[in-house]
This record gives sequence, structure tokens and C-alpha cells, in this order.
Amino acid sequence: MLIDKWPYFATVLMLLIGLYGMVVKRNLVKKLIGMNIFQSAIILFFIVYAWKDKATVPVYDAGLGDVPAHYINPIPHGLMLTAIVVSVATTGVALALLSLIYKRFGTLEEDELLRELRTDRERG
Amino acid sequence: MGGHFLAKMAALAVQSGAQGAVHGAAQGAVHGAALQTPDASNLPILIVLPLIAGVILVPGLGLLRRRLAHATVVVVVLALLTASLAALRQVLSAGSLHYKLAGWTPPIGIEFVLDPLSAFVVLVIAVVALMVTIYAGSSVRRQNPEREVPFFAMMVLLLLGLCGMVMTGDLFNLYVFFEISSLSAYALMAIGDRKAPVSSFRYLLQGTIGASFYLLGVGYLYVLTGSLNMADVAQLLPQLTSNPALTVALVFMVAGLSLKAALFPMHLWLPDAYTYASATSTSIIAPLMTKVSAYVLIRMIYFVYGSEWALSHLQLGAVIAWLSMLGVIWGSVMAIAQRDPKRMLAYSSIAQVGYIGVGIGTGNALAMVGAILHIMNHAAMKSSLFMTCGIVEMQTGRHSLDGWTGLGRKMPWTFVGFAFAAIAMVGLPPTNGFFSKWYLALGLARAHAWVLLVLLILSGLLTAGYFFRVLERIYARVPDEEGAVGSSGAAVTLRDPGLTLVLPPLALGVGTLVLGLVNAWFVSAVILKALPVALQAQGLGW
Repeated sequence: MLIDKWPYFATVLMLLIGLYGMVVKRNLVKKLIGMNIFQSAIILFFIVYAWKDKATVPVYDAGLGDVPAHYINPIPHGLMLTAIVVSVATTGVALALLSLIYKRFGTLEEDELLRELRTDRERG
Repeated sequence: MGGHFLAKMAALAVQSGAQGAVHGAAQGAVHGAALQTPDASNLPILIVLPLIAGVILVPGLGLLRRRLAHATVVVVVLALLTASLAALRQVLSAGSLHYKLAGWTPPIGIEFVLDPLSAFVVLVIAVVALMVTIYAGSSVRRQNPEREVPFFAMMVLLLLGLCGMVMTGDLFNLYVFFEISSLSAYALMAIGDRKAPVSSFRYLLQGTIGASFYLLGVGYLYVLTGSLNMADVAQLLPQLTSNPALTVALVFMVAGLSLKAALFPMHLWLPDAYTYASATSTSIIAPLMTKVSAYVLIRMIYFVYGSEWALSHLQLGAVIAWLSMLGVIWGSVMAIAQRDPKRMLAYSSIAQVGYIGVGIGTGNALAMVGAILHIMNHAAMKSSLFMTCGIVEMQTGRHSLDGWTGLGRKMPWTFVGFAFAAIAMVGLPPTNGFFSKWYLALGLARAHAWVLLVLLILSGLLTAGYFFRVLERIYARVPDEEGAVGSSGAAVTLRDPGLTLVLPPLALGVGTLVLGLVNAWFVSAVILKALPVALQAQGLGW
């Protein structure tokens, strides 16, 4: 029973891997990769829900009739297209910030950056 | 749906011009009569249209000539203010407005809803936006001249995201606007000190977790109900309250939104982000971003899930109220320990959002009046305080509270607004800050939450602790003469800056007093109508 739901468990696993990357990794790029895995997990969660075995695109087909089981639910797919766009935009902003950080501090290691943030009390 | 959404908007721009005439013709009215009687149901889109135009025009015109960017934002924000004033008036007199985007009927299509609560929050956004826009004209040019055009472009995008979040009636559309406002906020927060990009990146990581949790919650709700329209979902949910998946949806959403609203203990991104961003960025983000997230939390708990179930289930109401109160105490104590004025205000922001959280968690009519009032009050106060910080940085080059000694005599007009706002933060009558805490205290008393009530009063004393310390330093001490040298080493004459910099914080500061004086009328005319129906029936009596 529960084993049939394995794709959901896969998304949960991905979610946790992403969170692990964001929390534990000390390199900002790795944190960003963790964030991307995290977002992909949620996208997959929606897609897994919308998936139907042996179903087709939601365009009416006389041969298949109006049996809902024959058509895939298009709304989660539409939503996730948007979510992918959002996630790409977020990654873009994050990469822009990272390149700015690297130009200014010469490092993307969080420990070194934090030391810099702490020791340099004077702002500006 | 990003492109899809824009396509819809483009269709709309054409349609909203034609719609008046179509409407008139459909009623069999004389052709052209539609022009004389504007259709009020278009107001939701009229709030967003100037912002969409601004998103395109500001960078475009800014490329031609830098100064045009600011001028365009002024026009856009004035249009936003006019539309939102008209919207609030219309909504209060004639009930909620629904606008179907591109003519698709909900629950299939996306709708914009203006009810008294959203119209009120949109007006708060518009007023703060206008004040910050006036201020930003000179402050950005003085502090970050090379970032002038990007700043204003991002600011308009931020306002678009926030207004969309407030007005949309669709759960997923809210996520999209959420990310629009967040992404522009990350960019705005990266404009500032040398360290600003680092704190902005950390905010981005945490903010994305928050938004993703919200999206996961939306996913659960969609799986359960098959609908994304808030009103539709709210109707379907009562039959599902025994389903454990609904609990998961609620927990994901509340956790994600609390993170964006910086409710304790999910506030960790806030102090650094507010401190290192430029004062102008902070004075637009601090009053609006966390407050609108708190508004979305209210929208979800009270209008979608229904507060009766949502707050009693898992004792969620008590958890929110207690954690928020801990945040109030913790934020206030940390604020006392700060030497940097911006960091002090950042910690005080955590404390003030906590008050809103206490109101949301307590959940009776009195406490909710307090919470909704505090959304407006804190927006006005915090914006004024951060703008004053920016003025001091610009005029003196000092980043530490020590440098503020005796400035009240040298820069009298700058600190009038600051003084009023500080007194309002402490919550002394007759400022508006007193009344939001008063309603909160009454609400806690009605809920018999006596420990929280004692902590609420205690937290007022803590707030007094750090703000009176600053006021004493500004007004009661003599400035040390060697302080008249800026951080760059050049001699600085300490005096008030120009009118465009002094006026916005002054207006908002005096506004806190005025809002306090008209409080009784305001609560009965606006706030009471903004409450959810169940709480309206409760009334403000005992």
C-alpha cells in the first residue's frame, strides 16, 4: 500500500537533501545548489500528484471518451511551469549576489565571510 | 504562468479600456454614458496597472535620463495612492470588489478581491510608498548614486508584488506575487554597505525556504480541495477538518509565512539584512515586507482555514501567541544592547511584528483590531525611524548611537518625526502605538491570558528603555565638538538636510499622533469592517 506511494517518499527525501545542503554546507554555492534541490522537490511533489498511469494530455479525444482517468490533470503542470520560472529567477538573483560577494570579499566560504562580518565592526 | 500572467495583463490593459463601454452597452444605456459613470469594479486592476506601467517605464525612461526614473516613480505612486483611496472609500460604502482577470470566472480563473481588509492594507502600502519615494529622490542620489535607476525599478516591482499579494484571491497567484516582492526585496537589500550582498543572500536562502513551505501548503490544499481560489477553498474546508493532511497544510503555511513575517524564532535573517542595506531600502522594506506577510497570515488563518478550527487545532493559536510574545521580549532586550541605530531598529522590528503575532494568535475581535491597527501603526513608525537614521548617516557619516549625542539641537526638524515615532513605539497615549497595544491588552484580558498581558505591559517598559535612552542622548546632552568631524575625516556642518529629506519622516511621525487622535473613529469606520465576519459578530464589548 504505502510502497505504491514511493514517488512521494522520493520527493520528501529530495526535500531533506536540499535542506541539509542549505543548513550544513559552508560554501554559499553549495547552499544555493541545496536550495535548487529543495525547490525541485516541491515541483516534483506537484507533478507526482498530477501523474496518472496510462493517461494522456488533457485534450478531448473521441476514442478515449470523457473518462477523467484517461486525462492528466493540467493545472499542477501549469502551476509548476510558473514555479520553475520563479526558481530560475531566484537562482539568477542569488548568482548575481554571489558574484558581487566574491568580487568584494574574494571568498564564498561562509566561515570566512562571517569572520569578516564580525571583525569589521565599522559599517560601510 | 509568468508569461501567461503577463499575457493576461496585456489582454487586460486593452480590455479595461473597452470594458466601460461594453458594460454600458450591456445595460442598454446611452452610448458614452459609461464614461461619465466609472465602473468601480475596475478599481482592483487600476491599483495594479500604474505599477505594471512603472515596472516597464522606470528602467526605460531611466536609461534615457537618470532623473526621469524618480519622476516616473512619483507619478506611479501618486496614481497608486489615488486608486487605493478611491478603493477604500468604495469598499467601505458599497462592499467588496471582485475583478476577474482576463474575464475568467473564479474558481477557475484568478480574481483580485478588494475587501475592507485588503483595501486598508493597500492604502497603507501606498502612503508609505509615497513618503519613501519623496525621501528616496535625494537619499539614493546622495548615498548610492550609481544605483539610482535599479533602485527605483526594484522599488516599483516590490510595490507591485506587495499589492498583488494583498489583493489576489488565488492561493498560487499569491505565491507568484510573494516571490516577485521577495526577489525585488533581495535586490534592494543588496544596495547598501559593503556587506549588504552577504546578508541579502542569507535572506534569499531563508526567504526561499519560507516561500517554498507556503507553496507546499498550497499543494496540500489543492490535493485536498481541487481548488486554488481562496473563497472556494474556504467553503470546501469545513468538511475536511478531520483529515490529517489539512493539519500538515496549515502547519506548512503558517511556518512559511511566519518566516517571511520574521515571527520569533524565525527572525534570524532580519537584523543583518536591515542593518547593512541602505537606509532607503530598509525604510521601504521594513515597514511593508514583514507586515504584508503578517497580513497574508491573517488572510490564511482567518479567511481560508477559519480561525475557530485553525487556532484551536494543535493549540496553534497559543503557540503563535506565546512565540510572538517571546519574540517581543527577545527583540526588545536585544534592541537595548545595540549601539548601531539601524540594528537597534531592526531588533525592534522583530519585537513589533511580535505584537501582530500575539493578536493573530489570541484571535478574538479586540486582539485582532489591535493586530490590524498595528500593521498600519508599525508601518508608519518604522518608516519614519529608518528614514531619520538615513538622514543622520548622510549628514554626519556616523553609524553609531554615540554619534547621535546632542543632534536634537543641531538638526531640530530632523528629529521631530523621530521623537513622535519613538513615543508611539513605546506606546504612550495619545499616539497610535498606544491604541494598538491597548486593544491587544483588552483582547488578552478577554481571553484570560493574564501572563501574556503582564508580559505585554512589561515589553512596553523595555521599549521605553531603548527609545528614551536614544531620546535622552539626542535632546538632553550637549554635542561633543570633536564629533563635528565626519567619518571620512572632513569637517561636517551638522544641520538639517533639505525639505524632501526632512518632510517624509516628519509627516509619518506627526501622522502617528494624528492617527492616535482620530483612533476611535478610525477603528469603527475601517478596522471593524476589516475583521472577519465571525469576529465582527463578537463585537468590541466584553
